[in-house]
Amino acid sequence: MAIKVEHLNHIYGQDTIFEQYALKDVSLTIGDGEFVGLIGHTGSGKSTLTQHLNGLLKASSGDILYNGTSIYSEGYSLKELRSHVGLVFQYPEHQLFEVDVFSDVCFGPKNLGLEKEEIERRAREALQLTGLDESFYKQSPFELSGGQKRRVAIAGVLAMQPEVLILDEPTAGLDPRGREEILGLVARLHEEQGMTVILVSHSMEDVARYVSRLIVMNHGEKALDGTPKEVFRHYKELEAMGLAAPQITYVVQALRERGIPIDQDITTVAEARDAILAMWKR
Amino acid sequence: MGIIKAVNLIFDYIRHDEEENKDEINHALRGVTLDIKEGSFVAILGHNGSGKSTFAKLMNGLLLPSDGTVYISNMKTDDEEHLWDVRKTAGMVFQNPDNQIIGNIVEEDVGFGPENIGTPTEEIWERVDQSLEAVGMTAYRLQSPNKLSGGQKQRVAIAGVMAMRPQCIVLDEPTAMLDPNGRREVIKTIHELNRQERITVLLITHYMEEVIDADRVVVMDDGHVVMDGAPKEIFSRVSELKQYSLDVPQVTELAYELKQAGMELPDGILSIDELADRLAAHKGLL
Repeated sequence: MAIKVEHLNHIYGQDTIFEQYALKDVSLTIGDGEFVGLIGHTGSGKSTLTQHLNGLLKASSGDILYNGTSIYSEGYSLKELRSHVGLVFQYPEHQLFEVDVFSDVCFGPKNLGLEKEEIERRAREALQLTGLDESFYKQSPFELSGGQKRRVAIAGVLAMQPEVLILDEPTAGLDPRGREEILGLVARLHEEQGMTVILVSHSMEDVARYVSRLIVMNHGEKALDGTPKEVFRHYKELEAMGLAAPQITYVVQALRERGIPIDQDITTVAEARDAILAMWKR
Repeated sequence: MGIIKAVNLIFDYIRHDEEENKDEINHALRGVTLDIKEGSFVAILGHNGSGKSTFAKLMNGLLLPSDGTVYISNMKTDDEEHLWDVRKTAGMVFQNPDNQIIGNIVEEDVGFGPENIGTPTEEIWERVDQSLEAVGMTAYRLQSPNKLSGGQKQRVAIAGVMAMRPQCIVLDEPTAMLDPNGRREVIKTIHELNRQERITVLLITHYMEEVIDADRVVVMDDGHVVMDGAPKEIFSRVSELKQYSLDVPQVTELAYELKQAGMELPDGILSIDELADRLAAHKGLL
C-alpha cells in the first residue's frame, strides 16, 4: 500500500467564526500502481486533499502514512516525501521559468543535489517520456503551445522520479487535441512505468475512459469510492453534488426508460455502440 | 449590416530579433469575413491556435488588424477617435475570472467600469443594481469576490461588462477554467442576457455542448472560417469536425457511429431524447 489516509481533518480558521471544514474525516487507501480519479465540484476539498498527500498542507488532525510511516512523525523528511509523491498543479505551465526547456526540467533534480550527469540523464528521460524530442531542448518554454508547455511542466515533475504522480486537472483549458495528448501520456506512465496515478478531474467522460477507481469528494468528505461503473450508477446523487455522469449514462437511461434492454453500466460511446449494434443485428 | 462586421480580416503576430528585424511571422488570421446580426447568439469554435482568440481581441480594438477592417456598429476599431465607443459597445469577458476582478466587494467591482467613464454616482448605483440582477448575483453584492466560486466570479465579471451598457458581449472561453456547475451557470446567464436584454453574444469556446443552443456556429481552423451554419447543420458533419480536432457531444457521436454501421438515423442528433426516441422506433431493439 502506497498511501494511507486516516481520519483526516483540515479546518480553515479554526476557533474563529469563519471556521470551515475543508476536509472532514477522510479515510482512504491508495495501493501501489493504482490509477485513481478524484472528482468533486469546486470547493469539495479535492485539491486540498492532494496537497496533503505530499505534505504541502498539514492536517488539523488525522494521519497520512506513506509506505507505512506517518508523514507527521518526528524527523520525517517532507523533502524526501515530495520526491516520491510528485504533484502537478493546475496550470503547471505558469511555473515554467527557465530560459530553455532542458534547464527547466533539470531544475528539480538539481535541487536534490544530484551529480550533473545524473541530473541530465533524468531530464532527458523525463522529456522522452513526455514525447518531447531533442529539438525542444533549447527552445524557450514560453513559445510552445499550451499542450507542449504542460508536457514540459509534467516532465519537470517526472525528473524527480516520483513513485506516485498526482495531477490536479491536467487538461483544464486545453482543446481536445491537447487533452488527448496529456491523458494519453498519463495513461502511458501508469501502464508502462507502473506509476501510481491520482488524476483530479472535472470531466466525467475522461475519467470514465481512463481510471480504474473513482473517489468522489463532496463538502470535504469522501462521498463515493468505487469503479467508475459503480460510481456512475449513483448518477442522481452525483447530480445532487453538482456533478454529472458522462452523457452516455443518460443516453442509456433514456433507452432503458423506453424499454430497450441495454446494460445500465455502460459509460463510453464505444460500449454503447457495440451494445446497440449487437441488439440490432440479433 | 450587422452589429459586428469583419471584412477580409488578416492578423499577423510578428516577432522581432534584437536588431528589430522581422524574425518570425505567425499568421493568426488569414482573411476572415463575418457579419453578425444584432441580437443573435453566435458561437465560434476552434482548437487552440485556430485564431479564435485573436479574432475576439480584434472585436474591441485590443488588437488592431494587420489588414482588413472590423466595424462595431458602423465604427471602425482602428479609428482612434472611436476606440472608447467601440469598447463601450462591445464588452469583453476573458477566461480567467481571477484576472478580471479588482474590487474588494462585488458591487464595487461591478461599478468600476462606469465610474471610470465619469458616470454620475446615482447612475453608477443604478447600473450596478441592474447588472447584478441580470446575472443573478444581487444576493452577493456585499461579499468579497474571493469567497465566490469560479462560476460566480465569472458572472460578476459579466456584470462588470453589463454595467457599461454594451450592445454586444464577446466572451473568450469564459468557462474553460470552471467546473461543470460553474459552466452551466455562466452559459445560462449568457443566454438570459441574450434573450431578455437583447445583447448580441459572441461566445468563443471549444466545448461543443455550449454551442448547441446558439443561433449560429462558426468553426475556425488555421486562421480561416471553415464551417458556418446552424448547430444542427454543423453537428451533422462529425468527421469534418474531428478533422479540425473538435469534439462532438457523446450523443451526437453515438448517433453518427450507429449510422455509419448502417442504422437508419437522421443527421445531427443533438439531444438524448431525440436519439432514444429514434432508437425506440427501430424494430428489433425492443
